[in-house]
Amino acid sequence: MGMIFSLVAVIVLVAIAFMGAKQNLLGLFGVAIPYLAVLVFIAGFIRKVIKWGQSPVPFHIPTTCGQQKSLPWIKHSSLDNPSTTLGVVGRMALEVLLFRSLFRNLKTDMSDGRAVYGSNKWLWLGSIAFHVTFVVVFIRHLRFFMEPVPTWVNAIDAADGFLQVGVPHLLITGVVLLAAATYLLLRRIFNAQVKYISLPADYFPLFLIIGIAVSGILMRYFIKVDIIKVKELTMGLATFHTTVPDGIGVIFFVHLFLISVFFAYFPFSKLMHLGGVFLSPTRNLANNSRAVRHVNPWNPKVKLHTYEEYEDEFREVMKSEGIPVEKES
Amino acid sequence: MADKPKPNDLLSEINYTPPSRKWMDTPVEWKKGYYCYGAKPKNLDYIGFPNGREWNVTEQDWKLVDNWKEIFLEGMENLLKKFRSFRLFMDICVRCGACADKCHFFIGTGDPKNMPVLRAELLRSIYRRYFTIAGKLGRIAGARDLTEDVFKELWYYFYQCTECRRCSVFCPYGIDTAEITMMGRELINLLGCCTDWISGPLANCYRTGNHLGLQPHTIKSNFEYMLDDLEEHTGVRVEPTFNRKGAEILFVTPSADFFAEPGVFTCMGYLLLFHQLGLDYTWSTYASEGGNFGFFTSNEMMKRLNSKIYAEAKRLGVKWILGGECGHMWRVLHQYMDTMNGPADFLEEPVSPFTGTKFENAKSTKMVHITEFTADLIRHGKLKLDPKRNDNHTVTFHDSCNTSRGMGIFEEPRYILNSVCNHFHEMPDNTIREQTFCCGSGSGLNAGEIEELRMLGGYPRANAVKYVKEKHGVNMLSCICAIDRAVLPPLIDYWVSDVGVCGVHELLGNALIMDGEKERENDLRGEPLPGMEDKGEEE
Repeated sequence: MGMIFSLVAVIVLVAIAFMGAKQNLLGLFGVAIPYLAVLVFIAGFIRKVIKWGQSPVPFHIPTTCGQQKSLPWIKHSSLDNPSTTLGVVGRMALEVLLFRSLFRNLKTDMSDGRAVYGSNKWLWLGSIAFHVTFVVVFIRHLRFFMEPVPTWVNAIDAADGFLQVGVPHLLITGVVLLAAATYLLLRRIFNAQVKYISLPADYFPLFLIIGIAVSGILMRYFIKVDIIKVKELTMGLATFHTTVPDGIGVIFFVHLFLISVFFAYFPFSKLMHLGGVFLSPTRNLANNSRAVRHVNPWNPKVKLHTYEEYEDEFREVMKSEGIPVEKES
Repeated sequence: MADKPKPNDLLSEINYTPPSRKWMDTPVEWKKGYYCYGAKPKNLDYIGFPNGREWNVTEQDWKLVDNWKEIFLEGMENLLKKFRSFRLFMDICVRCGACADKCHFFIGTGDPKNMPVLRAELLRSIYRRYFTIAGKLGRIAGARDLTEDVFKELWYYFYQCTECRRCSVFCPYGIDTAEITMMGRELINLLGCCTDWISGPLANCYRTGNHLGLQPHTIKSNFEYMLDDLEEHTGVRVEPTFNRKGAEILFVTPSADFFAEPGVFTCMGYLLLFHQLGLDYTWSTYASEGGNFGFFTSNEMMKRLNSKIYAEAKRLGVKWILGGECGHMWRVLHQYMDTMNGPADFLEEPVSPFTGTKFENAKSTKMVHITEFTADLIRHGKLKLDPKRNDNHTVTFHDSCNTSRGMGIFEEPRYILNSVCNHFHEMPDNTIREQTFCCGSGSGLNAGEIEELRMLGGYPRANAVKYVKEKHGVNMLSCICAIDRAVLPPLIDYWVSDVGVCGVHELLGNALIMDGEKERENDLRGEPLPGMEDKGEEE
């Protein structure tokens, strides 16, 4: 149900953009909505991070995944169980750039009456392919918002087209992004456990991103648009001298509208894991809580059962057992 | 489990494919052996917890206060403001499912709501409904109303989580179900719905200083039994002190270590070690509990119980504190104590009186783990050891959840084990160290009435033990946790059989050569040492 709902939602979005472009509402779809979406993205993102920041980290709770630093002759695991800030930076870098934790993934099966744990790197591979290509595709698109196009953006673009097939050159990241997003979607549909836990909020972003990738690929290789005019429009957005040239092609507005929806949806969704991963207290703290005191800003005053109360209750038996007491009676 | 199901029957029922019916539409099936008894009002009243009453989990009416929903939601808002972990973990899960089959309760029961992600979704659905904009859309946004049935479902599954954090190791964002379960239980406790098994020890510990409710004279007489046994086995009379002012070190361990087998054998190991060293230390009857069931209840209760350790260290004027073998006790000491009840500026930075080693990693909290202390002694050649005395044991080591994923103590106990016994084999990689499997009974779930759940939750651990038993002939499962020592024996009996359970310091006590000892014929359990099997008959 969640899947169908999300699919229909994305199809409706495509239809809206299609009709909007046909109706020549180009100012709305080419300028107003993109600006609004970016605004919502920035404001929503900041609001969410502030919200997280307002809740303190009362306790020092890293999940330790390696040997602690204790005695000098015991080799300690400086990345999986960091004891210093530098170590934490390393751990976070591994987590954010290489998906360290996901790389540990296993698959549990029952076989011949016993549980067995097999290596299972597919989710890691699919995820890293998805995220890396997403970033590269994002960077490649900077060429539409910069003039002259920086050398490093051109370099990435050239590297992306290393296969040198087709005209224009096939950019491998777009294809991999689409493939990886499709894998993540199929996994949600065909892995019974993942299907069981999936919400509309899990299918929707995948369909949306697939929609963005498909419209982008169509536009580059199949339903050509006037790229010069596209750049005129995007540069107008970037420099706040907006202009909407005629005759760009409907597919571009579909692409742009889906991206706008993606941006506007982002801060209200699970996509915020982009910001959240950096704040996760089980990952971003050094395991040094016995060496450096962690302060809880709301450390509560609590009612205690004092030693005096304890001795008052048990003084006689303590004395009879020869256990020292503070007061004789 | 009077009518205990056979292990193979239980295993054949496990199915990892979830049902077609949506989880929100699937009501809890209250299976006997899967839920604890409810807290009695007298225990809750004693510790000043609200809404204590006579109630029964199996009855339709839980006798919740009229405004229970308001209390729950206000409590939730409060926790969201106090814990970044909670708010963040409610927001950022992408439901990738990496955690799904990492939970021992899911592996053992196949119940999809025991997938960590879904355990969290039980609460996340409430969070969305009442604390997010999108959640107002209801079910399409993954939100649902808080009803009495939903509350009962939360209760059922938050007492089927041992807060072991294995899922958190695999989560790409470090989402920690232990943290979510802790929040869930805080809310449950606002409504007086603690379990009997947790609330009893809480009240006991608050009053007598330990979970078992042992009063000073009982503690003393329990020690007398151990000391008599030690004298019989070694010829050495050990004379520990209690509540002694001016001792250099306060020693704190779980009360289970001086209460029942096999914990007492570990305790006997400590006693021998300290005596042989001539350690200037004292036990305390007031701070006679290292464990902390408050940790399974609320952060405030954890603080109240934990406060006794520093208070007693201050009263007695010791320099620093040494802690015995325990799991959750050490997570509290390592990650919470200094924050809650510190700074311990009345203590000194811990230094081993025998090796001069400064325990730099404990310089603020001033509390050292016994395996750190002992490994350092062995490394510096301060102990005379005869590992042959453990030659009848082929040993493996169970990493406790809390010391593994909340500290990272892996090498210290292994170093000791490899010094005190000759036959040591690891369980498979995916079942030890940070990936270790829970005993199935942690976080206050070691209650008798949920034995079936505990057997299933402990199955992955037992399964790995069985593997090394068959492959290497392992017959002794060592550990550094008092709850493990209490619950692993029945677990192993159920799934594996013929593998003993011991603390690391029990094996150390066997191997330790004491000054002035007689010819040792028995181990600490009173059983003949290897090569001494005929001695008893000759005499």
